Amino acid sequence: MNLVFAIIALITLASAIAAMCLRNLVHCVLCLTVTFTGIAMTYLQLSAQFVGFSQIMVYVGAVSVLVIFALLMTRGGNELNLRDWNPRHWLIGLGTGLLTFGVMATGIFKSSLTRSAAPDSKTESVKTIGESLLNEYVLPLEALALLLTVALIGAALLAMPERKTASSPHSDRPQTKGDPTN
Amino acid sequence: MDTLIPYLLLSAGLFCVGLTGVMLRRNAILILAGVELMLNAANINFVAFWRFHPGADDMSGLVMVLFTIAIAAAEAAVGLALVISIFRHYRSTDPEILEDLKG
Amino acid sequence: MWFEDLLISLKQQIVMIAPEHFRPVFSAMLSTIPILSAFGGLFAVITLVERKMLGRIQNRYGPNRVGPGGIFQPIADGIKMLTKEDIIPFSANQFLHLIAPLLLLVTAMLGLAVIPFGHKLVAVEFEAGILFFFAIGGAAELAVFIAGWASRNKYALLGSLRAIAQMISYEIPLVLSSVAVLMAAGSLSLPEVVEAQAGGIQSWYIWTPWGFLGCILFLIATLAEVNRSPFDIPEAESELIAGHMTEYSGFKYAIFFLAEFVAMFAMCALTATLFLGGFHAPLPILDFIPGPFWLFAKLILLVLLFIWIRGTMPRLRADQLMEFAWKFMLPMSVMNLVTTGVWISLGGGVFAWVVGAVMNAGAYFGWSRLLSQSSRVKPRVYRYAEETKANV
Repeated sequence: MNLVFAIIALITLASAIAAMCLRNLVHCVLCLTVTFTGIAMTYLQLSAQFVGFSQIMVYVGAVSVLVIFALLMTRGGNELNLRDWNPRHWLIGLGTGLLTFGVMATGIFKSSLTRSAAPDSKTESVKTIGESLLNEYVLPLEALALLLTVALIGAALLAMPERKTASSPHSDRPQTKGDPTN
Repeated sequence: MDTLIPYLLLSAGLFCVGLTGVMLRRNAILILAGVELMLNAANINFVAFWRFHPGADDMSGLVMVLFTIAIAAAEAAVGLALVISIFRHYRSTDPEILEDLKG
Repeated sequence: MWFEDLLISLKQQIVMIAPEHFRPVFSAMLSTIPILSAFGGLFAVITLVERKMLGRIQNRYGPNRVGPGGIFQPIADGIKMLTKEDIIPFSANQFLHLIAPLLLLVTAMLGLAVIPFGHKLVAVEFEAGILFFFAIGGAAELAVFIAGWASRNKYALLGSLRAIAQMISYEIPLVLSSVAVLMAAGSLSLPEVVEAQAGGIQSWYIWTPWGFLGCILFLIATLAEVNRSPFDIPEAESELIAGHMTEYSGFKYAIFFLAEFVAMFAMCALTATLFLGGFHAPLPILDFIPGPFWLFAKLILLVLLFIWIRGTMPRLRADQLMEFAWKFMLPMSVMNLVTTGVWISLGGGVFAWVVGAVMNAGAYFGWSRLLSQSSRVKPRVYRYAEETKANV
């Protein structure tokens, strides 16, 4: 196994475990960002350049910032969340996780598909990706465009603050401030 | 580098870490982060199998990965908007407080 | 050509000194060190040029005490920054407080890796070079957030959130304006984009209708991405003290300053590569002057343009900034893409030029008129201090 890939895999797994274990929520998200970068480095190791850089651009540049904004807007950035990691169920949860990993690892090691493949020098070309996106996969591409538009409008609508109606019976009294539900 | 096994093991490990995070954490935002981790683990699988597939012009694996990245980002956006909107109402992000329809 | 061949053969001879195993690393270092030192020196010179040019715009001399005409001022600035006390807040996260300026500097300097300085003078040759540049630029936003959050200061956090919102908003017009160039050149790799503009000043992309609008949009988005005036809310002193850089002093503040300037240089170099023909000379007879000279000349011209804009325009307010990005620049860059497609499909001759110019000009004037109608001045509302039921 390649030394470089061993280091990348170690960093990715360690930061993923840290992202799921830490108590300070912002530290969790920052470790998650390191995980995403490690995954992008794995893509680059597999010589998939376009996908690797897209992963950095989308996940590290956009999704991490989105999660951090949501975390700060829901008061997660202030205090340590002491009730977050529930100690009653951690044994069952860890056991389930390890069991799942065991099943998947057994499947990986026993299969003949994963053993016999030897890599040729396969390089991607952006032109071929573009051509296959517009020839074979044009229907999923248009559906994805529709999905992204709907998600954009939906997310903006859901996160907008509710508007209180401006009409009040006594217009010369000062408006009440500090509405508790807004 | 010679076989697929290290990449698939990394992918399985990340998937299980994400799964454990989703099951055990009590903050809705970190549950969504665990879901993102699981989707990324599946993406590593796609890219590894693409790399080891013999066809020279076949980019189907990478196209799947591009779609998955885009859909995961959209889903994260909508999920976080939902979490923020629930927080405005309940003042907490613990998913166990959402039990109005229980029983 | 002679300069590039000379440099490449020189580098190959120096690499032979190293033992066999270290040759790739040594070769990479030999590619990197000249670029970093050239841009470091350029940073020092441009700080002085900026201060003197701003002084001249404001009808005063710039710094002129330190050397003859003030040319040793950058050295004095460097000594001042290095000998200042490094104050870190007691409750700040020490590790993240240190990492944030370094991360910003690393992302700014990594962008210099894909810019072609000459015919074969690229540090790293990627097939998706431009995507690498924008991906690394996207990672800079995270460094700004870490800087603001690790300071454990409410104003720093608010300032960094505003800075991130500004950077994200202007990233979309930045990328979309460059996609027009990629459509015309047919590749994402920057040396090929430069090769498509070979042959003299008439084949640069800035003279095409979509290139003109695209270059203007790209320059405005660059100003916003590097937090430079008129978009410098995150670093202005009348707004939230210094934003995300409030709790930084001494050498770390110098690293923030350096990172901002290096990011500006990288983006100006990218503008020159995409729209102004990269390292090609304007006239074919001037081809004997080496490529890096032309690229640096175009880069310095763009940086002087930025300094000129800084000295001339007032600062934008935060909501004006966001409105400008989302309501004006995003539709204009999408319209630019449509114009590029029409221009390419019509072949690129005079007819395509006229059609493209009409589409872009029509979109610009029509859209700006439509937008300005919605914020017409409303009639004034007078409120008098009368007796109401509340304060009787």
